[in-house]
Amino acid sequence: MANLPDYHWPPMGKRRVMGKPMNRLDGIAKSSGAAKYNSDVKPEGMLFGALLTSPHAHAKVKAIDTSAAQKLNGVEAVRVVANPGTEVQWAGAEIAFVAARTEEIANDAIRLIKVDYEVLPHLVSEEDLSKTGNRARAVGEQVTGDPEKAFKEADAVSEGHYGIPVLTHCCLEPHGQTIAVKGDHIEYFPSTQNVYGIATDIGRALNIPVSNVHVHMDYMGGGFGSKFPADVWGVEAAKMSQSSGGKPVKMFLDRATELSIAGNRPSIFANVKTAAKRDGTITAWESQTWSTGGIGGGNVNGQLFPYVFNKVPNRRVNHTAVSVNAGGARAWRAPIHPQVCFVTCSALEDLAAKLNMDPLEMFVKNLNYTARADLYKFQFDKAAELMEWKKNWHPRGDSGSGPVKRGLGLALGTWGGAGHFSTCKTTIHPDASVEVELATQDLGTGSRTMVAMIAAETFGLPVSAIKVKIGDNSYPNSGGSGGSTTSGGITSSTRKSSMNALQKLFEVVAQSLNVTADELEAVDGRIRVKGNPDRGMSFQQAAQKLGVNSISEMGENNPRQAPQEGLNTGGTGGVQMADVSVDTETGIVKMNRIVAVQDCGLVVNPKTAESQVFGACIMSVCGALYEERIMDQQTGRVLNPDMEFYKLAGIGDIGEIIVHMDIREENDRRGVIGLGEPCAIGGLAAIANAVANAIGVRVPRVPLTPARVLAALERRTA
Amino acid sequence: MQPFEYAHPSSLHEALALLGTQWGEADVLAGGTDQISLMKEFLHTPKRVVNIKGIKELGGIRHSGQGLRIGATVTFDELASNQAVHSEYPSLVSAVMGVSSPQIRNMGTVGGDLCQRPRCWYFRRGFGLLAMQNGKSLVPNGDNRYHAIFGGGPAYFVSPSSLGPALVALGAKVKLVSSSGSRTVDVAKFFVAPQNESSRETALLPNEILTEIEVPPARGVKNATYEVRQKEALDWPLVAAAVALQMQGQTVGKARIVLGHVAPTPWIAAQAEQALAGKSLTGDTIEQVAQAAAAGAQPLSENGYKVQLTRVAVKRALLAASGKA
Repeated sequence: MANLPDYHWPPMGKRRVMGKPMNRLDGIAKSSGAAKYNSDVKPEGMLFGALLTSPHAHAKVKAIDTSAAQKLNGVEAVRVVANPGTEVQWAGAEIAFVAARTEEIANDAIRLIKVDYEVLPHLVSEEDLSKTGNRARAVGEQVTGDPEKAFKEADAVSEGHYGIPVLTHCCLEPHGQTIAVKGDHIEYFPSTQNVYGIATDIGRALNIPVSNVHVHMDYMGGGFGSKFPADVWGVEAAKMSQSSGGKPVKMFLDRATELSIAGNRPSIFANVKTAAKRDGTITAWESQTWSTGGIGGGNVNGQLFPYVFNKVPNRRVNHTAVSVNAGGARAWRAPIHPQVCFVTCSALEDLAAKLNMDPLEMFVKNLNYTARADLYKFQFDKAAELMEWKKNWHPRGDSGSGPVKRGLGLALGTWGGAGHFSTCKTTIHPDASVEVELATQDLGTGSRTMVAMIAAETFGLPVSAIKVKIGDNSYPNSGGSGGSTTSGGITSSTRKSSMNALQKLFEVVAQSLNVTADELEAVDGRIRVKGNPDRGMSFQQAAQKLGVNSISEMGENNPRQAPQEGLNTGGTGGVQMADVSVDTETGIVKMNRIVAVQDCGLVVNPKTAESQVFGACIMSVCGALYEERIMDQQTGRVLNPDMEFYKLAGIGDIGEIIVHMDIREENDRRGVIGLGEPCAIGGLAAIANAVANAIGVRVPRVPLTPARVLAALERRTA
Repeated sequence: MQPFEYAHPSSLHEALALLGTQWGEADVLAGGTDQISLMKEFLHTPKRVVNIKGIKELGGIRHSGQGLRIGATVTFDELASNQAVHSEYPSLVSAVMGVSSPQIRNMGTVGGDLCQRPRCWYFRRGFGLLAMQNGKSLVPNGDNRYHAIFGGGPAYFVSPSSLGPALVALGAKVKLVSSSGSRTVDVAKFFVAPQNESSRETALLPNEILTEIEVPPARGVKNATYEVRQKEALDWPLVAAAVALQMQGQTVGKARIVLGHVAPTPWIAAQAEQALAGKSLTGDTIEQVAQAAAAGAQPLSENGYKVQLTRVAVKRALLAASGKA
């Protein structure tokens, strides 16, 4: 029996490709427009789908008449999804779909559908808990230690209110797909984070075997957690394709619908009380929070409070879920962590201010309440150095006489990120070309590049020698990209399939070199005898020895065994610091700088890793300063489902961003850990804290708009 | 978008003949930065679209001792790049640069800036110019963070025009031409606060085209625009102020102070103008004038902050005009 290869990552100092910054393989294609997204796909004979949505936040469909739409020339299919009797629970809910020969005809047809609604009472806002009535549901209290006693004995007690509204994912490429259902075969071009799994979703809905579903997706334009299922619009597009004799149907949401119903991040509002000793040791935490994620309410795992410092001995945590008539939440880059982080880090910064203490000092002092005291200590030191914290920090409000006040803030985050289930096939062809196939997806994160780097490292070949084939469910099963599980999964399966294929090649080559396979190594484009580099042959010559048969080997990352194997693990930490200037006359906040120090274990590609963190910092700026789904209680609708008043930062708004990947031997030993989420947690809280530090008063709710900043300043004066 | 007939005339005469007598018959297309979205949202469903970009006589900037003549199809970018505009009308340049999207500055026209429809989110969601539902305006009890603090209704939207306040302050006029003749209207009177749902927010009639803007000479007139805008990237101002000060030596003779984004029209801050007339531009005076600019404001439930922003915008516009910014 052949020896099992040693799958371990090469030691840090011996890597030739991994750990070196590398441009993403699809960078030119994407920036030049050559990359074709699925929203660009236009198969022959394609029909355009359109969607009629409910204008009411809560209503019962009494009657629906599609006859005029059906008669319109060019309309090929009309499908009703909210039949009479259906109760719709939010404005934007799907009522009916149309497929037509042109987009214009489809939209005209939608307007010809007549729906008679019985309008029912609605609630669309949860901000004011006292106005939510029976839509609020307490989810129970958690108590640890003796909070009452701790508050009584404390040297300092701080109380505050904090809030983040519902945000939307605002994917630049909206949700949707082009799909063709011909007989019992489906050709499916979705924008998805779930290339492999979505086939099962659509197959089930149409009662077509998954083996007959072919999913393609080379590129996608943003998901952030919101693009896993086939969704109603996918299933209905498929059924319209089916009923029109298999013509492909393109059905992507328009911007307003995308922002109204295609997922969002739950809100959180909190009343918090904290206590500490004079030296800054946190002694107690009490929080009452409420949130919504749509009609189902919004749950928060109380165990997360206080965030990261969750070994604080005395805690009382209450949460209330509020059901509202608005589009439902979906996973949003580190679900619930940014919210819990914001509430915690704001409350603790307020507590530090009460003690007249530098929050950095207080956070560091309490790191023994966290699971990773040493890691955070190192990261805070590094961030403080990059931010010049000691030089630039000042006590709250002590920021000079001019109208523009500068302040610093900080926060920290944690996440899991162990690799998901992933299988991969690596093939070495007799002409020495190497291909790696797996049904993963590149959401713009750089996973395609990462796969190539792992294979190149394993074979001792340049990255350009590796052909990566992803984005197709006919390749081996690899998990959906959620929970920051992709990096760990795909690097491990690629490593193993590539090592397995290399082992087979070694076995072929070993005979001609008169050694055993385990005496061989693949380095610098050669297969050679360990310790005797001159004895060997080029990779090309080695591959030629395969004759006409290529080698194809599988590799698998199974999350149950992965911890023992050590290629990937979970559990990361990162810290963020922000430097802002606040114009106290206008209330406008400008970003000067963000520093992010982030660990994700073994960093395969420092360049795309940094890019991930840059993106996360920009999202943090958006959430802290601009983003907010604005609901109107009178009409029950979203008022800003557009890119005009659903505000996002532009390049001039983000300030300087300094990313320091925490690449150290001791982190590297933990193997690959996902990065997408952990870096997207703390930035918002750091910015909010920096604003409090600048202007000397807490602005309780984000986004930190001029109206809110000015109101907080007014309260301070009053 | 509703199907429509498209016309691309090459003369003004031809274009005017293609217009209707009622709104909805024909819409004029220039830069298209607003028109296209109005049509896509079915807020405008014209039977005919008349593209005036090909009409030579509607373009061009002419500067003389008589002042400035700006053709309606001159783009924001052309206006801001013009040397004479730069030296004599800095308030127009600042107003243009407040349109913080190079794409819109390249496409959007000066005439379009004056004729664009309001950005009120109730209007844009189909509730009409006065945002009515069941006979009541949605604005006072709704989310009115971006709405008017002057005017007192029934219209609560804010005029979206970037150039309007500066043009009013400079005493500019617009020429409105129809097949039967032409008329010249002060920009200050071009903007109208509609009193009912069937009226429009400008004096333009369905059979007219705004052909040009005439701006009086401003040599010796200190002028500036200041916008309070949250973002550097494309974003509407929360409040803007434009000032034009005719100096008599060190003191201000006649002062025009016009606010933007606070009312359904560019809003003349009359008390502020009075407070400034005959004074020199000292720090104290500027503070007093800024306070006076917000006099009479009637903020709604969510837009009280705009009162403060009004004062700041006026103060900073005056500082810019006086060269102290």
